[in-house]
Order: sequence, then C-alpha cells, then structure tokens
Amino acid sequence: MDRPQITEITEMRGTVSAVPREGRAAAWWRANATALLFMGPAAVMVLLFFFVPVVITLALSLTNAATATGLSNWEWIGFANFDQIFRGQFAGIVFRNTLFYVLATLAFNVLVGLGIALLSTHVEERAGGFFRAVWLLPRISPSPVYALMWVWAAAIPPFGILNEFLSPIGVTPRDWLNSDPWVIVILVNGFVGASLAMLVFTSAIKSIPEDLFRAARVDGASAWQIVRRITLPLIRWPVLFVLVYQSMSLLASYEYILLTTNGGPGLYATEVWSLWAFHTALSNYYGNREFGLGAAMAAILVLVGLVVSFTLLRVFRFNDLVSEPRVEIT
Amino acid sequence: MTSVAAPSPSARPRLRPLSVVPYALLAATTLPILVLYAWLAYGSFFQNMEGLRPVGSFTLEHWRFLWDPGSVEQLRNKPAIIPMTINTFLFAISTALVVLLISSMAGYALSRLAFPGRRMFLGGVLLLHSFPSVTLLIATFIVLRQLGLYDKLLGVILVKAAFELPFGVWIMKGFFDNVPWELEMAALVAGASRLRTWWRVVLPLVRPGLLALGILAFVQGWNEFLLPFVFMPSGSQQTLSTFVRAILGEGRFVDYGLLAAVGLYYIAPVLVLFALAQDQLMRIYAGGVKG
Repeated sequence: MDRPQITEITEMRGTVSAVPREGRAAAWWRANATALLFMGPAAVMVLLFFFVPVVITLALSLTNAATATGLSNWEWIGFANFDQIFRGQFAGIVFRNTLFYVLATLAFNVLVGLGIALLSTHVEERAGGFFRAVWLLPRISPSPVYALMWVWAAAIPPFGILNEFLSPIGVTPRDWLNSDPWVIVILVNGFVGASLAMLVFTSAIKSIPEDLFRAARVDGASAWQIVRRITLPLIRWPVLFVLVYQSMSLLASYEYILLTTNGGPGLYATEVWSLWAFHTALSNYYGNREFGLGAAMAAILVLVGLVVSFTLLRVFRFNDLVSEPRVEIT
Repeated sequence: MTSVAAPSPSARPRLRPLSVVPYALLAATTLPILVLYAWLAYGSFFQNMEGLRPVGSFTLEHWRFLWDPGSVEQLRNKPAIIPMTINTFLFAISTALVVLLISSMAGYALSRLAFPGRRMFLGGVLLLHSFPSVTLLIATFIVLRQLGLYDKLLGVILVKAAFELPFGVWIMKGFFDNVPWELEMAALVAGASRLRTWWRVVLPLVRPGLLALGILAFVQGWNEFLLPFVFMPSGSQQTLSTFVRAILGEGRFVDYGLLAAVGLYYIAPVLVLFALAQDQLMRIYAGGVKG
C-alpha cells in the first residue's frame, strides 16, 4: 500500500503535474484512463447513433441516393432535393397540415394538461393521484394497441363508441377516420401529450409553498382568484417550457398518425412533414425509397430540433445544472 | 390576530358547495380513457360488439390464440405468438440492461470525475435529451446497413438503447449526485480501484434509482413500435408491436374480438408493472421530460 490516496487524487484532478517523468501524452492517458473507461461506451453510442446520423442526414440531403441508385452509385446533386421539395405541389399542403397539427394538438395538450394538473392538485391527494395515473395510461401503452382502441372507437355505427357517445348531444354519426380524420389525429395525440404537461405542471404546482394558498384563502380569495393570481403566474416557466418542448416533439413525431390515418384518407389529407420524410425515404408505395430526398425533408427537422434544443438548454439555466462535482474538492 | 389562528374553519365552509365540481370535471375528462380501456377488455370476451353493447354471449374464443393458435384463421400465415412474445421480452430486457449499464457508468463519471470534455458531454446529453431523435431514422437506417446490423434484433436494441441513453445518463447522474461521497472516498483511500468502488460501493446505494430507470427502459422497449417496424422488416424476429400493427392494418373491423384479445395480452405486462411501480414511474416521467 504505497500511499494510494495520492494516486487517486491525481487521477481525479486529471492533472499531469504529479507525474513529471512520463511523456505528456502518456501522462494524459494515465490521468484520464478511468474517465475514458466509464465514459467510453456512452461516447461510442452517442457518436454512432446521434452524431454520425446528424452528419449523414445533412450529407444525404445533398445526394440522389435511392433504392434505384443503391447505396454505392449515388451522386452529389447540391440543393436539388430542396428545390424539388419546395417547387413541388405538395410542400404547401404538407406544411399547412403540419402547422395545423402542431398548433391544434399543442393547444389540446397544454390546456387539458393544465386543467388536469390544477384540478387534481386541488382535490384530495389520493383521488388526484388516481386521475393522474389514468391520464398516464395512454403514454405507457404500446402505440399500436392505443391506436387500435381509437380506430375502433371511431368506427361507423353501430360499431364505434364515439358515435354512440356523441349522437345524444346532436352530432351526426359518421365514419370519423374518413370524414374528419383531423379530429381523431388530434385526440389520439392529445390524450398522450396532455399527460406530459400534466406531470410537469403538477410538480410545479406542488412546489408552490402552501402558505401562499392559505394566506390567500384567509384574505377571502375565491378558488378562481387563487388560480389566476397565484398558481398561474408561479408556473409560467414550466408552461413556457412545455410549449416550446412539445411544439418541437410534435413537429418531429408521426408514430400515431402512421398508425391511425397514415397520412390519409386519400392524398396528403393528414400527411405532416415528418411523416412525409418517412414515407419518402423509408416506406414508399412505389418501391423506390428516395433516401436523399427524404433526408432533405428530415434535415430541416433536424436543424429545427437542434436550434430548439439548444435554446431550451440556454434559457432553462443549463449552467446551474452542470456545476462541478464536489468529490474533486480535495 | 385571532383570525389568523382559525383560517381553515372559516375558509372551508365557503368552499364546500364547490368541492364536488373539481371531482366532477376530473371524472368527465378522464372518462374517455377509462371507457377505451374497459371496452378493450370487455370486447375481447364477447363474440361481437356493437358500440358498448355485446352481441352474442360471453366467450373465450378470441383468446384461442394462446392455447390453440392453429385454429385461428387470421393468424394462419403469421409468426407464432409465443416466440414473438419471447422476442419482445428479449428486446425489452436487453434494452433495459444496456441502458442501465451504460448510463450508470457515464452518470457516475459525470457526477464524480473531472476530465477534459466533461462540461461539453453534459451539455450534449442535455441537448440530446430534448432533441427529437426520431428525425434521425433515415440516417440510422444507413448506419445500421453499414454496421451489418440491419434487419437484426441486436441492431434495433442498440438504436433503442442509444435513444434512451441521454435521459438515462442524466437521471443516473442525478442519483449519484445525491449519494454522499464519504463512503466511496473511504473505499478509494483503502486502495480499491474506481471500477470496483463504483460496482461494490456506489451502485448498491442507488439501487432504487436503477430499479426505476430499469422498469422505465423495459416498458419503453416492450412498447417500441417504430424501430422494429422500420429496421426489422423481414419479420423473422418480429415483436408484438409490429404484429399488432400488421393485423390492425389488414382489415380493420374483421375480427375486433381477436384484435382486442391480442392487444390486451400485449398490454397486460405494462399495466401490471405500472400498477406495481406507479409512484416511481410517475416521478421519473415527471423528472425526465421525454415524449
């Protein structure tokens, strides 16, 4: 045991001063060997499945790679893919669809999530917990099963329950997936998405000091006044966070649309940008998967995703979260 | 000043007439979800359904796929359900183990070690945590092709684990940050290596965290649809998610009872896990916003 604590502390500091005899490179490796060992697997995974794919997406968007060219006979074609996308007749439709889908679903998510969070924190804790657990069910269910329930619920009379529930209040029974596909798309995504807003808002509301509510009640404030004047102002940051975060993830998501309408009925009725990229590159009816063109569509989303994630990181006080570890203070 | 001493008695009576309202509103908004799930369970036990009304008598015939799969006509040319369940389980458990191992290693290093690039990596993990990884699917397809892992369960496991990793690393770092470091300092001073200290001293202290992350990663893997759907097209190692999608896509209302039974069979383990570990899952979902 020749004074192990010295070597450990040297290793933890990552400094080369304690080992002057070795070459700098060797000393650097020695000092950081432990960190490399621990970080290595994660670094490889991030490199292979995040960093490399981002680069490939951007590079691929400048090529004509497709099933027809194979993965070896493609050529660089500059920005021709982007040209094709924006000059084509469908970009406008898909863009409007995307905008509508993101805004409508976002409104549903945030308003319903906020409503459930407010209500479930103002009733008895056990009951509130039960309702929140039920709202989490769509999120923890496998998407094909969850989509199956909605597809069946939306079916024509006499099969679907949606018609059964809505006809007493005067809604004409119909084949929802064909006549009003957006209603189903937004409900399917909304019931999943609202649970995120609900959870974030619930923990924000719970962290408000109880004294504030008690004081307001003593002063005779009504329930609505308490919500309006105390709760809402104090959770505005979580609300802003959910708005930004969810608009980005809605922009990129297409799983539930794929499972319900798959962009239809008919041509591009509920096709959104991310689903368009997916259809173009990975699941093409005509057999020719256009990787380059699809990557160009995806590249736009990747860039938006990077910018928004980076903004979230900056705005939501990243520096506070990455303070130096305290075990180093020796 | 006496009014301060008695706030609740004076406040409560005024609120009482209103106190039914939040319950009623919650029940009304939550009802659709309860109905959907109850209907799925209900529908699998009757010959047919017309809305909420069962048509025909109570029956177990939709569940025949479990004990007599050969007699179910719709499943004739499909992979057998038990091997597929095993595939799904293998996929989920492997994903969970890879996520646990890699994120508890990286989380530990980020919590305890100083090394060049630490801040950058932490920033990167946080960035990726909110980054929509699904936009990278096209490029991931190319990566898997080049690695020779396309159309293989292992490839999908790695991609799924990688996509869950930013969240896992971040949450594990948080768990390690909360562990007092005196114990491991003692171990290190006594001559144990970092690796050994991590494995024998620190990991046991974050066991609840490992369990919560493990359950979450397992559920995410069990549920995963898009990755097997895109990256394992030949179906030789099909999972339940792509199977349900396949029979759903083939004629929507042909045999809802069968679909409901298969769906319920697929969803049941998740519901059981959720019932058992509800508090941990709720907390971890709230802490790590993903989805």
